[in-house]
Amino acid sequence: MTPSQQAAAFLTLLIKECLRFIRIWVQTVLPAAVTMSLYFVIFGGLIGSQLADVKGLRYMDYIVPGIILMAVINNAYANVVSSFFSAKFQRHIEEMLVSPMPNWLIVAGYTAGGMARGLVVGLAVTVVAAWFTDLQVHSWPVVVAVVLLTTMLFALGGLINAVFARSFDDISIIPTFVLTPLTYLGGVFYSIDMLPGFWQQASRLNPVLYMVSAFRYGMQGVADVPLAVSFALIIGFVVILFAAAVWLLHRGVGVRS
Amino acid sequence: MTVPALEIENLTKTYRNGVQALRGVDLRVEEGEFFALLGPNGAGKSTTIGIICSLVRKSGGRVAVFGHDIDREMEAAKSCIGLVPQEFNFNQFEPVEEIVINQAGYYGIPRRRARPRAEACLRQLGLWDQRRVMARELSGGQKRRLMIARALVHEPRMLILDEPTAGVDIEVRRSMWAFLRETNARGTTIILTTHYLEEAEALCRRVAIIDHGRTIENSAMRDLLMQLHVETFILNTREALAEVPAVEGYTLRRVDEHTLEADVERERSVNGLFEQLSRQGVHVLSMRNKSNRLEELFLRRVGRAQP
Ligand SMILES: Nc1ncnc2c1ncn2[C@@H]1O[C@H](COP(=O)(O)OP(=O)(O)OP(=O)(O)O)[C@@H](O)[C@H]1O
Ligand SMILES: [Mg+2]
Repeated sequence: MTPSQQAAAFLTLLIKECLRFIRIWVQTVLPAAVTMSLYFVIFGGLIGSQLADVKGLRYMDYIVPGIILMAVINNAYANVVSSFFSAKFQRHIEEMLVSPMPNWLIVAGYTAGGMARGLVVGLAVTVVAAWFTDLQVHSWPVVVAVVLLTTMLFALGGLINAVFARSFDDISIIPTFVLTPLTYLGGVFYSIDMLPGFWQQASRLNPVLYMVSAFRYGMQGVADVPLAVSFALIIGFVVILFAAAVWLLHRGVGVRS
Repeated sequence: MTVPALEIENLTKTYRNGVQALRGVDLRVEEGEFFALLGPNGAGKSTTIGIICSLVRKSGGRVAVFGHDIDREMEAAKSCIGLVPQEFNFNQFEPVEEIVINQAGYYGIPRRRARPRAEACLRQLGLWDQRRVMARELSGGQKRRLMIARALVHEPRMLILDEPTAGVDIEVRRSMWAFLRETNARGTTIILTTHYLEEAEALCRRVAIIDHGRTIENSAMRDLLMQLHVETFILNTREALAEVPAVEGYTLRRVDEHTLEADVERERSVNGLFEQLSRQGVHVLSMRNKSNRLEELFLRRVGRAQP
């Protein structure tokens, strides 16, 4: 394919993926906005008002970046894992496999679709958050870069999950048993400085911590870990997962007999 | 000699579960042909097609599409092919028009050019009125036609149809035949698998038969039909017959008082039979083949003919 044909194919995938989650927005965009509103009301409003400030911020304000990023992560992942798995399950993945699209392009298209959903949901949650607190942005470039890279990382993760999945149960195992614990323990609701020594060190093994920390820096100028470390780690993960996804499609794992 | 549209040499495939689906398939389809790929259930037709379209990984052998080896020039090979698979494989929850436009996009055609093409394909297949309908709401026959529209939207040089008329009513089947003939006349090479042998006979000029994963026949339809030495006809007579009329050179059997069965060897003409019958005052009102000729041959070749 020529570069302009590749561009057309990429756009096709992106538009298709966006139309898919927009068509079913009640299942894809609305739940995150509702759930995250509950977090704001309960943890921020009711419980948070009883708590001391964290790193000089009101508790409600402190948890906003983490909650937005949590929604972004979940949705980027969920979009690709369910879309790609259902393409396998209904076999319309064959529409792509018979076409001359190279594998990296399929990966890129699905990833972009997941990123789009992450961004749309992120925006929705931000709008909700703005209703509860005064939002501030310390550094736009950092905010934008963190959100883009994080959605990319988890969209790729969702794709790899879908490649290996054989049933609908398999696409909820990783979100339930890996993703949710990692985000909850990734400094969304607390600063790791508040943890005892051992748990502080253990938290540093959690990649989500680095993303939440960098995102919080972008919004509020405070971070648990240095910014450069966060970016190096996220970019490293993105590169590895992209290569893995392309390799899996190339080998036909889960898609070609 | 020009480059063949499809060239397959000694293709083998063993599935992961150990099933040896292909044990050495050879095929050669020239550009512009209307080609029938026949074989009993499980013979390996869909497996062969899957390999050509890179949905199935081959175990051994060589496949070239318009001279592009699928191992070395996969993109170029894929660009030449439009596939209508045996099983429905579109997104059931996507509108008809989107499915066709997206498929064009996968071949690198931008949306603004894909739209009019999708419209043309959907109109040709009588699906334009259903364009906004979710695919799952289509009838079985409409779904088959949707897959044909989808396969043609990037204007492939070769169209491969895996049982496109399964479960399609007679009227729609006839219109599909006309459509496929036109498509072929415009220069598209067509490979068709079907279990309706009269369909293959009516449409295809060349035919290959696969059985147990091997090509056991690959010839012109005419030559293949010539192999049939004896044809059996059913004759309906005006006069009620109490016994079999005596005729020379033909074998007659009486089915009931108005029906005769006649075996006619290829070298003989049916005129001779009619003459002898008229001389005995027997008038033939109508006549038909007892079974489709290709069917007869097919059963003999795959070794399942009744003795
Ligand atoms: N994905 C698969 N995994 C394992 N075995 C398979 C698979 N697909 C097909 N087979 C086996 O390979 C053999 C050939 O199957 P194939 O589908 O190619 O036959 P076919 O000629 O298309 O038959 P039909 O006329 O019934 O469509 C069969 O024995 C079938 O059971
Ligand atoms: Mg088949």
